Amino acid sequence: MDIVVFLKMVPDVVEELVIGDTGKSLDTQFLRMKLNDPDDYSLEEALILKEKYGGTVTVVAMEAPEVDEVLFTALAKGADRIVKIPGDWTGIQAPGIAKLLASYFSSANRQLGPETLVLLGSQAIDDLEGEVAPYLSEILGAPYIGVITGISLDAGKKKINVIKEFAGGLRGEFELSLPAVIGIQAAEKPPRYVPVAKVRSIMKTAKIETVDITAPEITSAVSVDKMFIPEAGGKAKMIEGPPEQISSRVIELLKECGILRR
Amino acid sequence: MSGPILILAEHLKGEIADITYEMLGIGRKLADELKVPLHSIVFGKDAESIATHLGVSDSVFVLNNPQMDIPSPDVASNILKNLIEQKAYSLVLIGGTNVSTGIGPKLSIRSGLPFVNFCRNIWVKDVTFGFTSQLFGGKILSDISLPGNRGIISIYPGSFPSNAGKSDKKPPIEMLSLPVEETKVVFKQYIEPEAGDVDITKQDVLVSVGRGISNADNIAMAEELATALGGAVCASRPVIDQGWLPLSRQVGKSGMTVKPKLYFALGVSGAPEHAEGMKDSGLILAINTDPNAPIFSVAHYGICADLFDIIPPLIEKLKT
Amino acid sequence: MDPIQINIIGIPGLILFWVITLIAFGLFGKRITKLIKLLMRAKPENRFDNLGKRILSLFTFVLGQKRLLHEYVIGVAHFLIFWGFLLFAGTFGWNLLKWLFPFLPYPYADEVGIIRIFFVIFSILVFLSLAVATIRRIFFPPAHLQKTMDAYIIITMISLVVLTTLLGLGFRAVAVGHEEASLNPADNLLFSVFSGTSKNSASGLFLFMMWMHQLVVLGFLAYLPYSKHLHLLASPFGVFFANTDQLNSLDISGSKEETSAGASQWNEFTWRQLLNSFACAECGRCDRVCPALTSGFKLSPREIIHHLKEHILEAGFSSNGNKVSGDNRIRPLIGGIVSEKELWACTTCLSCMERCPVLNEHIPLIVNMRRYLVSQGTIDNTLQDVLTKMGRYGNSMGQSDRMRAKWTQGLDFKITDARKESVEYLWFVGDYASYDSRIQDITRRTAKVFQKAGLNFGILYEGERNSGNDIRRVGEEGLFDILKEKNLQAIGQSKYKKIITTDPHTYNTLKNEYVLNSGTNGNGHIIHYTELYDQLIRSGQLKINKKINSTITYHDPCYLGRYNGIYDAPRRVLDAIGAKLIEMPRNRAKSYCCGAGGGRIWMEDEPGIKERPSESRVREAVSLPGVQALVVACPKDIVMFQDALKTTGNEGKIGIKDISDLVYEAID
Repeated sequence: MDIVVFLKMVPDVVEELVIGDTGKSLDTQFLRMKLNDPDDYSLEEALILKEKYGGTVTVVAMEAPEVDEVLFTALAKGADRIVKIPGDWTGIQAPGIAKLLASYFSSANRQLGPETLVLLGSQAIDDLEGEVAPYLSEILGAPYIGVITGISLDAGKKKINVIKEFAGGLRGEFELSLPAVIGIQAAEKPPRYVPVAKVRSIMKTAKIETVDITAPEITSAVSVDKMFIPEAGGKAKMIEGPPEQISSRVIELLKECGILRR
Repeated sequence: MSGPILILAEHLKGEIADITYEMLGIGRKLADELKVPLHSIVFGKDAESIATHLGVSDSVFVLNNPQMDIPSPDVASNILKNLIEQKAYSLVLIGGTNVSTGIGPKLSIRSGLPFVNFCRNIWVKDVTFGFTSQLFGGKILSDISLPGNRGIISIYPGSFPSNAGKSDKKPPIEMLSLPVEETKVVFKQYIEPEAGDVDITKQDVLVSVGRGISNADNIAMAEELATALGGAVCASRPVIDQGWLPLSRQVGKSGMTVKPKLYFALGVSGAPEHAEGMKDSGLILAINTDPNAPIFSVAHYGICADLFDIIPPLIEKLKT
Repeated sequence: MDPIQINIIGIPGLILFWVITLIAFGLFGKRITKLIKLLMRAKPENRFDNLGKRILSLFTFVLGQKRLLHEYVIGVAHFLIFWGFLLFAGTFGWNLLKWLFPFLPYPYADEVGIIRIFFVIFSILVFLSLAVATIRRIFFPPAHLQKTMDAYIIITMISLVVLTTLLGLGFRAVAVGHEEASLNPADNLLFSVFSGTSKNSASGLFLFMMWMHQLVVLGFLAYLPYSKHLHLLASPFGVFFANTDQLNSLDISGSKEETSAGASQWNEFTWRQLLNSFACAECGRCDRVCPALTSGFKLSPREIIHHLKEHILEAGFSSNGNKVSGDNRIRPLIGGIVSEKELWACTTCLSCMERCPVLNEHIPLIVNMRRYLVSQGTIDNTLQDVLTKMGRYGNSMGQSDRMRAKWTQGLDFKITDARKESVEYLWFVGDYASYDSRIQDITRRTAKVFQKAGLNFGILYEGERNSGNDIRRVGEEGLFDILKEKNLQAIGQSKYKKIITTDPHTYNTLKNEYVLNSGTNGNGHIIHYTELYDQLIRSGQLKINKKINSTITYHDPCYLGRYNGIYDAPRRVLDAIGAKLIEMPRNRAKSYCCGAGGGRIWMEDEPGIKERPSESRVREAVSLPGVQALVVACPKDIVMFQDALKTTGNEGKIGIKDISDLVYEAID
């Protein structure tokens, strides 16, 4: 299998998010970026597939703060190649990202062959203009399905079987022909741990490949007029005091609402 | 002069999804303000009978075809693009759900219209649309406008009241035929969740456990509380992922949507995916040690304390 | 009456003896050579420093039998057996040479009068000691004593050595006659005991006993390296090569990359680590004090050492080309002989190593195997989560590194930023003290005490990271390195005279595993806040205005007490502030771990644990009459004991207090 995984960095919400001076975007002074979790699961799924069926895993990401460590970590986990698209991509949205990633294939002289599987996270927390995966599939002309939690290969038929999550615990099984673009919701197992020493040692010996792609026209047809932090409206009424007092108050409430008989 | 508005009606296994009514509600409001028609479109094997519930719209396009029961993003965006070209819709509303995911972006490229995600509110000022979308799981909101004043909008479930979209009227129907077969993405079968002993959607009282329950052994305490209150135990995703409770107990976007009289959340953080599944419950009580936990924005009453301090004495009191 | 001058079954005694000796030594030598070859193929480790201290250890622990005397009755018995053994071994060597080389110009040992006196005294003492040991073993066995066949064989052999000596000397006394015998008190006594023997047969019986004695000892020699009694030979080396003082540093010698990958096979351990297996006498003292084992975890420190031995004998020998029974039964060490659960159960409290009479080092073995598991990514999800958060945010809670100093907002004064201004005391606050809402109040009180004492102190604010002590003990060496580098960077930016810490774990690694400023370890520059309080109170800089007058008990933290020997400073502080201290039954070096160390506070409990260490400790405290509070000097103890109060249903019976809480009251 020829698996290509695209990774995206997103703002780390552990930090308090602050609106910048323009009022239309985030303040970047203390902003940290982290790997989009579903993309992490895509990488894990890719590695699991490689372990099962053989092949190579290529990991591609756009230049962004802290992305180097993410790429080296992917290599340490078992990816075969790590590639970075250099440039300043601040503000680029999903449609532009998809164009960029699609040009990766032509710039790197890669074909989308009958063995190629492209994996991305099914969604990201900053996808204002939608998810990258379906845009990418449209540009590449490859079939797409999202919210996937499991993939298996039918090598004979050159097709893959995937499991998609709906709601209420219901799932669906689909069959896709390759090449295909899959949006990953979760991998079969949680992302593996790779020890820090291994990543550091890889950082010393390995190099990230770069591929130059001229920036596509990044015009956004969506204009952000204002970005703001929602009011903490509708907050719960807090019940306070020692446990005894709290449990009494809770019972009172339950009686008031008819859940307990008086 | 604005174009009409189109709603992509959504259903799962023959049942209309709540999001459809939400979209019909806001669609109707906007259409009335702009004095333009409101259309719906529905795909699937029971599309015709589903269409009869979409009376809030002025007309419904129906594609009766079992193949499109789960709409293929490719075929769906093909059909919608044709309709957009024919009718010059100003807005196409699509549900931000697992079922409809992927249609919006593909349609955006094919139709040339921009796509807006995570939309929580739409309004009209003069004839210009304004949208509010959430980002970062709801921590940030953005007010948005579209330079062309036309777009494809993904509605975040729970943003609008669903009652406004319900009606007994039977709308006029226009039948469509399948323009092209989906060959590359083929639906094989549903995988039902394991038959759980308990149907949490039918309970009046639910005691929900999240990460804060710490380990599987402590769930027994939640069971005790649930029994004392005459209900059952459910859980958020992290607990289900650990395997401490079966999938049938999961509440949230990928789990069940529940509306019990009492939803008692123990150690649940209240991430948006979970809140989606329980926010319409009658009385929401939450215990969490983190005063900033998002659950406190959804709950009616909150207790910022260690659940292991509060629940045992509560259980004792309930038993007497 | 020269035993070597006789013929036995027609063969000259000398020749027979040579043959027997060669066989015995052959068997002995073959086995020892195999074992030494294995040690030589293991990883290197530098244990050749501090030779003076090492020689002193031999006197204290080997000759002095210091650790054995912790269990008094068997301690005295073993002391006597040991010294008796030295006597018998020494005289055996003496005699051996004479037997082999009859031309040597000195007498046999038993021909020397004073030696015979020692023989008799020690024979009796050893015999009594063996009796005590046997009765204990059969009727009053302490927990975790291994009742193996091996042990009974050895008891029998030593008894025979003693018996053949006494009998031999008895017959000799009769053989030399009453007149000569009366010249020596030992002979005199023996003569009267054995007077029933006929003079004719006496000398024959004497020779028989001498031969028997030699055979038993030679047999013992040949058997020794195949049994647990190898500890006789291996343990003095173990003691000599043990880490001087206490083991508080897990610093790795050798290539970082290799050693942080840990050990999953015998040749990935160092020779000193393998030596543990040979030096172990399987006495079970480590098991008796292990909090994990006592709680019901599957970990037994003695078993870990034993597992390693099993593995060495299986895999090590077969790799040397030696036959192993059932060759395809070579089990992997980790996952086969040792289970992962055992490895993760350790709290690194150091009780096992503190008790071990032969100074075995259990914890480095466990940590080394943990390193292997981490290098393979074979760790459970909760721990993985913590390590990922730690790597990204520098704390185990997953909170932003920028929020580390948020606790200072509750103070009405600003703490100096030690990165910008020079201070006298650099306060390395620690994760739990900074981020945990249960502890932040205590941290603020500590700051107020420092301020009241007029201390010129500062903190590193966001520059501080988790010190890495427990990250290292969990086996993530690479992460430990990064944390250490970042901390050293921040510390290097500041000018200070001393570093104070509130957390003993931080204290341990900063003092013993970080190399600060001038390239030397932080010894003397790093002090724990209890030491600081002690200094300040004694110098008068911190004035006690109000004695607190309550009855309390004190829990010695593992990393402060056992690891770094600080027992008295906290007690002086408690005394100075007027607290009436009632000691826990398990106090000072015997203090019972709260269960948080070694990363266990980041892991889930096993199902079926009988009683958590913290619960046992809390019950111990509650059982003391009149005690109002359990006083601790480590933030993790606060967390563990507060939880344990609830789970044992003892809430309200006693309070859990930090020393800072009490000092704060006293200086009001």
